[in-house]
Amino acid sequence: MRRVRRRQFFDATPPSRYVEVHVAEYAKPLPWPSPETRPFWDACKRHALSLPYCRSCEAFFFYPRQFCPRCFSWDIEWRDCSGRGVIYTFAIQYRPQMPGFTPPYVTAIVQLDEGPRLLTNIVGIEPSPETIRCDMPVEVTWEDVNEEITLPLFRPVGAEAAAS
Amino acid sequence: MSLKNKVAIVGADETDQIGIVPDMTPIMMHAQAARNALRDAGIDKSEVDAVFTCGIGGMASVQLCEYLGIIPHFTDNTMTGGSSFEIHVEHAAAAINAGLCNVALITHGETGFSSRNRRGPRPSYGFDSSLPAAQFEMPFGVGGPPSTYSMAAMRHMHEYGTTSEHLAEIAVATRKWAQLNPRAMMRDPLTIEDVLSSRWIAYPFHIYDCCLVTDAGGAVVVVGAERAREFKKKPVWVLGTGEASTHQSLLGMPDLTQTPARYSGKAAFEMAGVSHDDIDVVQVYDSFTYTALVTIEELGFCKKGEGGPFLSNQRTAPGGDFPMNTNGGGLSYTHPGMYGMFLLVEAVRQLRGECGPRQVPGAKLACVNATGGLLSATGTLILGSD
Repeated sequence: MRRVRRRQFFDATPPSRYVEVHVAEYAKPLPWPSPETRPFWDACKRHALSLPYCRSCEAFFFYPRQFCPRCFSWDIEWRDCSGRGVIYTFAIQYRPQMPGFTPPYVTAIVQLDEGPRLLTNIVGIEPSPETIRCDMPVEVTWEDVNEEITLPLFRPVGAEAAAS
Repeated sequence: MSLKNKVAIVGADETDQIGIVPDMTPIMMHAQAARNALRDAGIDKSEVDAVFTCGIGGMASVQLCEYLGIIPHFTDNTMTGGSSFEIHVEHAAAAINAGLCNVALITHGETGFSSRNRRGPRPSYGFDSSLPAAQFEMPFGVGGPPSTYSMAAMRHMHEYGTTSEHLAEIAVATRKWAQLNPRAMMRDPLTIEDVLSSRWIAYPFHIYDCCLVTDAGGAVVVVGAERAREFKKKPVWVLGTGEASTHQSLLGMPDLTQTPARYSGKAAFEMAGVSHDDIDVVQVYDSFTYTALVTIEELGFCKKGEGGPFLSNQRTAPGGDFPMNTNGGGLSYTHPGMYGMFLLVEAVRQLRGECGPRQVPGAKLACVNATGGLLSATGTLILGSD
């Protein structure tokens, strides 16, 4: 398998980071785990959905910040979530909105059973207005992109693992 | 202290050509629109002492003032996407009212269409890879406006029963206005069925739910009330202003079915001291049909969730009782990227009675609301003529 060092797609700052990607297979933008989001991405590598939890509000929040965006408490911890939820909203992208994506593909916001919402792709289902609905139950499935990045995707509950 | 009636727009115009203008760059468009707006007012460039702009490099006003040969006493590079220019009007009103400047020039120019084919160094996307959208949205193929607005619209459809037909009503009514405007890019007849049978861009959006991508520029000139009657055209008074932003990323959006127009609109209506029923003509951002629908709700013209039925039956078309986006909108007139300037110019033209076949009879009071980003930042203006 050919490996090259490739600059990440969005490169402005922080200064040039290089990540190992399999260019022939993966051309989509990759996240750069920042200091405050690193626990989320590290958990993804072990196929766990770990989210920041505010000990003051006693509730999860997302995306990760150093503090709780509701109460501005900085007393937070990381807790694993079930990986189950429902499609809060979705759209079917018929034009590639980012490099590397082959339309049609499904973008969605999933509301986890624990409350917070993640943006993701729905896989394991025909991308069609006829097949996908808001409130559809979904569960996490993992796409191991490289040594550093595993992406949490979601599929309808009961669907075969079919990460694209 | 209120800004009501403290300033007036005395000049407003666009570039000579809009649409596909391959022989102009963005800064050329800023300059030509500025010349045209100053000429419209009858003000010499030497009188301009304040410049408000964005979208030309990282120090837009500095770049533009160099290019135009203006040494300003006051500048503002506020960049809130498509709503920047409405917010510039508010900031100009505040600065003039505070005695910091006298003649404010607000400019816009973009070549959204022609830039796609240009060579040379390109500015980066402007995203810091550590910011939330780059980490938690772009890796999933979310980025361009169709990919984000579509998900907001879907939630609105799910919660409130808004339909593709409701959205199509707006596309069709807006096209009817464009058919009355010789400068509009899209003037062919359009039916609801045409919209519903057109191809998907991002379900639930058909292609006719999406705005154009064009080249265009515009500018307005704002002066204090005491000088407003000195110029060639009748003044268009700034009666109410408001601005608000609630999020930048989709994940940061407090409620997918809302926009900050609920805040900027409330502020502008309260300052102006007018009610929704008093408004003669409405200009709202239509990057997508849905943008206009949700904005009308958020401004309070109808109850939350009832934008679809409220705007149906071609109510916003020429001859309807809710004239909206009378130049043909971003959907059919022009949309270079940050469309807010064109809402402003059209409102001024309507209030002056300059609109010919598309003139709303007796228009004295206009509500303008522009949206920037992903339903992120809005500016609302209530404008009136004598």
